[in-house]
Amino acid sequence: MFWQVTLSLLEGFGTTCLIFIVTLAASLVLGLLIAFGTMSRYKWLRAILKTLIWIIRGTPLMLQVMVIFYVPGLLFHVNLFTRLTAVFVAFIINYSCYFSEIYRGGIQSISRGQYEAGQVLGMTRAQIFFRVVLVQVIKRIIPPMSNEVMTLVKDTSLARVILVEEIIKNAEDFVMRGLVWPLFYSAVFYLVFVGILTLAFRFVEKRLAYFKV
Amino acid sequence: MAFLEVKNFEKSFGNNKVLKGVSFDLEKGQVLAIIGSSGGGKTTLLRCINFLETPDAGSMHLNGELLIDAEAEKRTRKTESEQRKRRLHFGLVFQQFNLFPQYSVLGNVLLARRLLDAQSVKDKKRELKSAGIRGKELKSELSVFAAEAEKRANADALSIIERVGLSDKLNAYPCELSGGQCQRVAIARALALTPDILCFDEPTSALDPELTGEVLRVIRGLKSGDRTMIVVTHEMEFAHSVADKVIFIADGVIEEQGTTEDVFGATRSEKAKAFLGSHGKTDI
Repeated sequence: MFWQVTLSLLEGFGTTCLIFIVTLAASLVLGLLIAFGTMSRYKWLRAILKTLIWIIRGTPLMLQVMVIFYVPGLLFHVNLFTRLTAVFVAFIINYSCYFSEIYRGGIQSISRGQYEAGQVLGMTRAQIFFRVVLVQVIKRIIPPMSNEVMTLVKDTSLARVILVEEIIKNAEDFVMRGLVWPLFYSAVFYLVFVGILTLAFRFVEKRLAYFKV
Repeated sequence: MAFLEVKNFEKSFGNNKVLKGVSFDLEKGQVLAIIGSSGGGKTTLLRCINFLETPDAGSMHLNGELLIDAEAEKRTRKTESEQRKRRLHFGLVFQQFNLFPQYSVLGNVLLARRLLDAQSVKDKKRELKSAGIRGKELKSELSVFAAEAEKRANADALSIIERVGLSDKLNAYPCELSGGQCQRVAIARALALTPDILCFDEPTSALDPELTGEVLRVIRGLKSGDRTMIVVTHEMEFAHSVADKVIFIADGVIEEQGTTEDVFGATRSEKAKAFLGSHGKTDI
């Protein structure tokens, strides 16, 4: 019985990891782009993005998942996304918005002197950002990022709301059949995952400890 | 025509007119000290010369080449590569050092030079390709070219770092250095690109008093027949002993300019007299 439960939970955990990795990879990039947009000199772009961030941060992720999955069908009678794709889309949009604000805080905390020093040395804007500013930003944003990334691990369970078979869904299926403990057992998987992430973040933090921003 | 000619620089921030028509010129190999009380426009003038601010009016020639023409610049924005090219004529040492914290002393000095070398390797590649050189031959020529550039850059960096007295700190990071050492690295970093004119923006103002000496000594040591420097400073003794030419700025205008002997020895303007009096230069 234990093995059967473990296997089923592991299967669900695979989906959990997939949601986690896809969301993280895409949101880290998209978040940076949104962050640049919110600092752009075009007022209309800033306004659009600020509104988007307000809506995304102002509504539950669970609701966003449902909207992405159900609304295209209800309004236009098209089946736009599979269940898992809908989860990817909703999660990526949601996490990009949160990440973008972390990035923005980090980027704006770097002193203007760093940019100016790069400028007078004849560096391009891209060189200044990637060779000088970015590592400092990363060092600064690791603590808030690690919070957000660990929240993401647990938020993946919201995929259950549109019946994606991640770990909680699989555990609940056992509950339906009268077996309660798999639900609590699923916590172990999250704990191990977050434990590994904690170590990873600690490692990165140590690697960047050789300089002070 | 003088080596550097600044004509009629004007600059406002909002309603605050910081520069009200500043003109001066400088010969090659001269050291210019810009003095004056805080808020008088010294730093703004230096930042305009270094393209960190765009003057509202005025022009600047270096070695006969028109580098800034405020009127033309209002009409057309410079492209990034044009902007970078003209920036390389000048080097700037900041009050707050602005070293790159994640790079070692050597890394700080080499970074910009390496990036420029990488660019010239790319240019070389294009040149060789258009000369019909392809494949293995192209590769080997390029690698020789790149290796030579790197060797030169490294050798130059090492000798510059030795010059500012930090050879024993090559691999130290800025956070491990004292303020005076940081500023000397910043000087080395600016020198590494061999600018035509090296500028200093109050290089000792952020330092503890006991650390200013080492920095001033390095700057003094840089003075040689053909190195042109502009120093914004509060150190009157230093200005007196190093500068060939002195400008006193107050409220956005040059109140007094001339040779060091003239400005310090035969001060004419009342404002300059008062300023020098309060800064301990009482040999007027």
